[in-house]
Amino acid sequence: MATANPAMVTGLFRRIRRYPTTYIGFAIVFLFLLIALFGPMLAPYTYTQQNLAARLQPPSDDHVFGTDQFGRDIYSRILYGSRDVLVVAGSGTALAVFFGLLLGLFSGYRGGMFDEIVMRLMDVILSIPPLLLAMVILFSLGPSRVNVIIVVGFLYIPMVARVVRSVVLELKTRQFVEAARLRGESSLYVLYKEILPNVLPPLAVEASMRFSYSIFLVASLGFLGLGVQPPSPDWGLMVGEARTWFHQARWVLYFPAGAIAVLVVGVGFMSDGLRRMLLPGGASDA
Amino acid sequence: MLTYLLRRFGFIFLTLILASIIIFSVTQFLPGDVAQIILGQFATEVAVENLREELGLNKPLHMQYLNWAGGFIRGDWGDSLVSRLPVRPMVMQRLGNSAMLAGLALLIYVPLGIILGVIAALKRDKMPDQLITGVSMAFVGLPEFVSGLLLITFLAIGAGWFPANSSIDPDSTFMESLPYLILPAITVSLSGLGYIARMTRSGTIDVLRTDYVRAAELKGLSGSQVLIRHVLRNSLLPTVTIVAMGIGWLLGGLIVTEAVYGYPGLGRMIVYGIQRQDLPIIQAASMIVVAVYSFSNLAADILYGLLNPRIRVGK
Amino acid sequence: MPDHDAVLNVENLTVTYNTEKGPLDTVRNVSLKIAPGEIYGLVGESGSGKTTLARAVVRYLPANGLISGGAIHLSGTDLLNLPKAEMRRIWGARVTMVHQDPNASINPSMLIGEQIAEVVRAHLNLSKKEAMARAVEMLKKVRMPDPEAVANRYAHQLSGGMLQRVLIATAIATNPEFLIMDEPTTALDVTTEAVILDLIHELMEEYNTAVLFITHNLGVVARICDRIGVLYAGEIMEEGSIRQVFKDRLHPYTRGLLGCVPRVDASRKDIALSAIPGFIPRPDELPDGCVFGPRCDFVEEACRAERPPLVDAARGHQTACRRWELMKGKAEEAREIREDGGTEELGHVVLEARNIKKYFPFTGGFGPLLKGKRPVVKAVDDISVRMRSSFTMGIVGESGCGKTTLARCIAGLEEATSGEIELEGKKLSYSVTSRPREILKKIQMVFQNPDASLNPQHPAGDSVARPLILLRNMSKKQVRERVAELFEAVSLPADYIDRLPHELSGGEKQRVAIARAFAADPALMICDEPISSLDVSVQASLMNLLTDLQDSKGTSYLFISHDLAAVRHISDWIAVVYLGRLWEIGSAEDVFVPPYHPYTEALLSAIPIPDPEIKQDRIRLKGSVPSAMDIPSGCRFHTRCPRKIGEICEREEPPWRDRPDGHRICCHIPIEELEALQGEGLLKKAGVGGDK
Repeated sequence: MATANPAMVTGLFRRIRRYPTTYIGFAIVFLFLLIALFGPMLAPYTYTQQNLAARLQPPSDDHVFGTDQFGRDIYSRILYGSRDVLVVAGSGTALAVFFGLLLGLFSGYRGGMFDEIVMRLMDVILSIPPLLLAMVILFSLGPSRVNVIIVVGFLYIPMVARVVRSVVLELKTRQFVEAARLRGESSLYVLYKEILPNVLPPLAVEASMRFSYSIFLVASLGFLGLGVQPPSPDWGLMVGEARTWFHQARWVLYFPAGAIAVLVVGVGFMSDGLRRMLLPGGASDA
Repeated sequence: MLTYLLRRFGFIFLTLILASIIIFSVTQFLPGDVAQIILGQFATEVAVENLREELGLNKPLHMQYLNWAGGFIRGDWGDSLVSRLPVRPMVMQRLGNSAMLAGLALLIYVPLGIILGVIAALKRDKMPDQLITGVSMAFVGLPEFVSGLLLITFLAIGAGWFPANSSIDPDSTFMESLPYLILPAITVSLSGLGYIARMTRSGTIDVLRTDYVRAAELKGLSGSQVLIRHVLRNSLLPTVTIVAMGIGWLLGGLIVTEAVYGYPGLGRMIVYGIQRQDLPIIQAASMIVVAVYSFSNLAADILYGLLNPRIRVGK
Repeated sequence: MPDHDAVLNVENLTVTYNTEKGPLDTVRNVSLKIAPGEIYGLVGESGSGKTTLARAVVRYLPANGLISGGAIHLSGTDLLNLPKAEMRRIWGARVTMVHQDPNASINPSMLIGEQIAEVVRAHLNLSKKEAMARAVEMLKKVRMPDPEAVANRYAHQLSGGMLQRVLIATAIATNPEFLIMDEPTTALDVTTEAVILDLIHELMEEYNTAVLFITHNLGVVARICDRIGVLYAGEIMEEGSIRQVFKDRLHPYTRGLLGCVPRVDASRKDIALSAIPGFIPRPDELPDGCVFGPRCDFVEEACRAERPPLVDAARGHQTACRRWELMKGKAEEAREIREDGGTEELGHVVLEARNIKKYFPFTGGFGPLLKGKRPVVKAVDDISVRMRSSFTMGIVGESGCGKTTLARCIAGLEEATSGEIELEGKKLSYSVTSRPREILKKIQMVFQNPDASLNPQHPAGDSVARPLILLRNMSKKQVRERVAELFEAVSLPADYIDRLPHELSGGEKQRVAIARAFAADPALMICDEPISSLDVSVQASLMNLLTDLQDSKGTSYLFISHDLAAVRHISDWIAVVYLGRLWEIGSAEDVFVPPYHPYTEALLSAIPIPDPEIKQDRIRLKGSVPSAMDIPSGCRFHTRCPRKIGEICEREEPPWRDRPDGHRICCHIPIEELEALQGEGLLKKAGVGGDK
C-alpha cells in the first residue's frame, strides 16, 4: 500500500514494542556501563585482596557472591571485571570498526584491482575460524590485555569491511552520488558527505554485533587461559579457574558465568533492536 | 556450472596457500628460540646450534616455509616437540574424534534449527515467533563454556543423567563414546541452533512475501503444497550455504567445548599444543581445521549450485 | 439478491484495514458487476485502492484487512459466507489471477510446465501426465514458441513477455469464469505489451471469461476493455462503457486524468497538460463530502456537505458528481491551448555528439575467456546527435536499446569508447572527472528514480545549495536567496527547504532534483526517464514545469523516455533508437506521420492511446530484442521487421535517406515506397481530425 508512509515512525515503535527483548537489551547494556563506571567505587574489596582464611565461602553478608579459592571477594572481582570486559571488547570492536570502515569505504568506492586484492585477503582471513586464529596469534604475540585488543580488532576487520563495502557498492549506483560526480565533487567529498552518512546506520548495527562477538571471544580466550592473565578479574578467566573448584563451591562458577551470559545476551538483544530500528526491513533480516 | 566449479576450486587453493602462510609466519614470531625451547634452559650453546641446523632453522624464512609446506603436502607433518612422536597419526585420530562430535551436533542442530526457523517465520510476530527468536538470540550469544558448565552442573552433577567428563580413551568407538558425546554435542549445538533458526526464519519470511507464493495460494493449492513446493523449495536453498558458513563457528565452539569436557579432539589438542609451545602440532592441527572449513564451504557451494536451477542450467 | 446475469456481482463493498491509527476504510461502498466475456477496466492512481479492491473481491486480504460490509457473489455463490477451505476450491478453479511482475510471480526453482500443471491437478483431477499435456496445450494456446521445450525450462531462461504468457496460460488452464489481471502489462515494453494485449483480447473472447482488468494506464483500458470504472481514494467516481466515459467524462476526476495524458498527435506547442492540483487524500484524512472536492474545479459549497452518491447519467453510465450535467457536452474543452507555441528561429548549437560508441566488456565468468574471444556488449554503436539552445531532443526506444547509455556518455558518467562530444564548440573529454568546472555546470541531469536522486540524509535545500556553492562560488547569503528562488521556480513551498527526502512525495522529490539541476544554470539538461515512475497527474505537472522552465531559461533538454506520447509532447526533435543505433530522426511532427521507419511505425502502432475514437493499424513485432552482444547482420532490425524486403536486409547495412527539413530515415526501402506503404498513417481518428 502506497499510503503506509506516514505510519512509518509509529509503526517502528510498535514493532519494537512487540519485541520486548530490545528494551531488555538496552537496559542490560546500560546497567553494565554503569557498573563498569562506578562499580569499582562500590566494591567492598579490591580484586586482588586475598584472605586464605576465608577460602570458598558461600554467599554471605560479608561476601554477597561468596569467595574464591584464594578467599577473594567474587562480588568485587565481578565489579572490577566489568570494566575489563567492556574496555577490552570495546576497544577491540572500535579498532575493527575503524579499520573495517576505512577499508570497506575505499575498497568499495575505488573498485578495480585494489578492491579485488583487499577483498580476497579479507576472505582468506575469514576462512580461518576466528577463535583458532586468535589463539594462534596470541600464542606468538604472548597473552596480554593489549594483545587481546589487537587480535580482536584484527579478526573482525574483514566482517566490518565486507558490510561497509556492500553498502558502498549499492550507494555508488544511487543517483545522488552520480549527481555529485556531475557537479565535479572530489572523491573525498563524495565519500565523506554523500556516502558516509548513509553507511552509519548499518555500521552501527554491525558494530553492536561485533561488540557482542568480541565479548564472546575475549571471554572464551580468558576461559582457555590464552587471553588476559591472572590475577586479572576477567570473567572468562574466573570461569576457567572455577572449573577446578565448582564441585565444592558452585558460586565460584555461577556468578562470573552468569555475568557473561547476561551481558552477551543483552548486547545481542540490543544489536537486534538496533537492526529493527535503523535498517529498513530489518525485522526480517537475520 | 563448470566455470563455477573451476572458480571455486581456484579460490580454495589460493585460500589454503595464503592461510598456510599466515599460520606459518605467525608461529614464527614465537618469543624465544624453538631449539632452545626444545632443549630447555640449561642446554649448551653447541647443542642448541646443532638442533637449529637439524631443524633447518638457520635457513631463510621462505625456504623454511617451502620445506614445511612441501612436507605437509607429502604427508610429513613432523614430530611433536613434546612427545617426539609423529604428528600426523595423532592429528588424524583427534580429527576423527572431533568429527564424531561435530557430526552428532550437526545432526541435532541443523534439522531442529530449520524446523524452529520455519515455525517462527510462519507465525511471524506472534507468540511462537517471539519465543523462538528470543531464545535463539540468547543461544547464539551464550559462550560454550558458560552453557557447557551450566549443563554439567544441572544435567550431570545435579541430575546425574550424563557423565560430567568426556575424557574418553581416544581410541574408543562411536557407540562406546556416545554417552560421553551427548552433553558436549548439546553444548556445541546451542549456538548453531540459534544461528540456523534465525537464518531460516529470515529466508522463509522473504520467500513468504514473494509474488509467486501469493500466486500459488491463489491457485487454490493446499497449505502444505504451497509450503513445500513454493516456500521451502526456495527458502531452504540458501540454508546449505548457511550451514557451511556456520561450520567456522562450530569449529571454534569445538575448541572451547572440548576444553570444558576434556574431550580428546582436535580443539583440545590445539590448546595443549599452545600451552606447551608444540609448534608442529599447532601448525598441523590449524591447517587441518582451515582445510576442513574451506572444503565444507566448497561442498556447500557445489550442492547449492546443483540445487539451484539458476546455476545448474544457464540461460 | 444475486444477479444471475453477472459472473461477478459486488455490492456496497467496504474494506477495512486495522492499523495503528485504528480501523481505516480503504475501499468504501463499491459496487460492480462483470458479465461473461466482458473486460472491466478498473483505473486509478497509486493509493486509489484498486489492488485492495481486487484482493477483497477474491477474499485474499492481508491479515489486518477485512471486509466490513457488502456482498460478493460469483455466479450466484455467496463468497463472503464461504469457509476458508471452500475458498481454496474456488481459487485457481473459478477465479484466477495474473499479477503485475511476471518475473516475481513465477517460482524460480520449479519448471514452468509443473507450475501450470499443478493448478490443473489441484482442480481437475488429472493424472500427472495428463496435467503436463494440458500445460503444454495451454502454452500453445498463448502462442508460446516451442511449448514443449518451454515447459521444461525455468523462469530465468525466459523473457518478460514469455513469462507473462506463462502466467496467462496458468490463469486460463482451468477455464475459470472470472479472471483478475493486476497491471498485467505494466512491466513490459510497449511492443511486447501490444502483443500481450492482443492475446488477452482474443483469449477472453474465446473463453467467454469475465475479466477485472486493473491498470493505471488509460490507453490500455481504451484498447482492451468494454467497460471502465474510475476509482479514487477508495470510491468509484465514474463508471460506464469505454465510449461513454472517454467521450462524455461526467466526473471532474476522469476529466482531470484524461487531461493529464499527453497525446501522440499534439505537442506542448499546441496544448498544455492540465495537471490535477493536490494529492489523493489518505484514508485517515478523508475530506467531508465529496472525496475529490478539495482538488475539483467544479466544487461548490453543497459538495462539501455530504458524500455524493453514484447517479445514473445514461443507461449504464454512472457518475458520483453532483454537477455532472454541467459537464455534459463539454468534452473537448478541458484542454488549455498554449499561445506562445512555436518560436521558430534557430538557436546556436549547444551539443554536437558525433559517432558515439560505447562497448562494455562482457563480464560473466571466464567461460568465454577460455574460448579465446572476449565478447563485448555494444550498448551504443555509432550515434550522432546535434542540439540547439532552447530545444528539446527526445530519444525513444525500448528498454535495453542504449538510450540511457548514450545520455550517460554525453554526461560523462560513462566513458564513451569512441566518438566526439562538443559543447558549444568545445570538445569534451569522455570522463566527467576530467572535465573543467565551466563545462560541468553546463551539463546537468535529472534521473529516473526519485527515491535514489536525493541523498536521504541531506535536507532538500542542501541538495540544491551544493551546486551553487561548488560551481558558482556564491556567498552564503546569495546561496540562501537563490535556493529560495529555485524552490519557487519548481513550485515548492519555502518550508520544504528544510525537509528530508523521506518527507516528500515522489513528484516533490523530482521537483527538488530539477531545482538542483537548474541551480548550476546548465545549457544542457539530460532528463533520463524523469517521469516514468510517477502517476499520470504528477507526470503532467512535471512536464508542464519543464516546459515553463525552458521557456524562461532557454535550457536545452535531452529527454529520454520509452513513453512515446510524453516524448511527442515535450520534444521539438525526436530520435528513434534500437539496438544501440539511430533509425530515424527529425522534427516531432515529421517522425510521427508517414513516411516513417518500420520500427517507428511498429512503436506507434503499439502505444495504447487513451481515445477509443483513434483506430490504430495493427503492426506487431515478432520475438524479442536480440542481445547487444550478438547483433544481427545487415540491418539489425531485420529479425523483427514487419516490412523486411528480402535478403538485402540481412546482408547490407541500410543507407540514410533524407527528407526535407532534416528528417532522416535509415532503411533499405526508399522513402517513396515507405510513403506508399504507410498511407495516411496510423493515427486515424473517426470524425474529429487528429491532424498534423
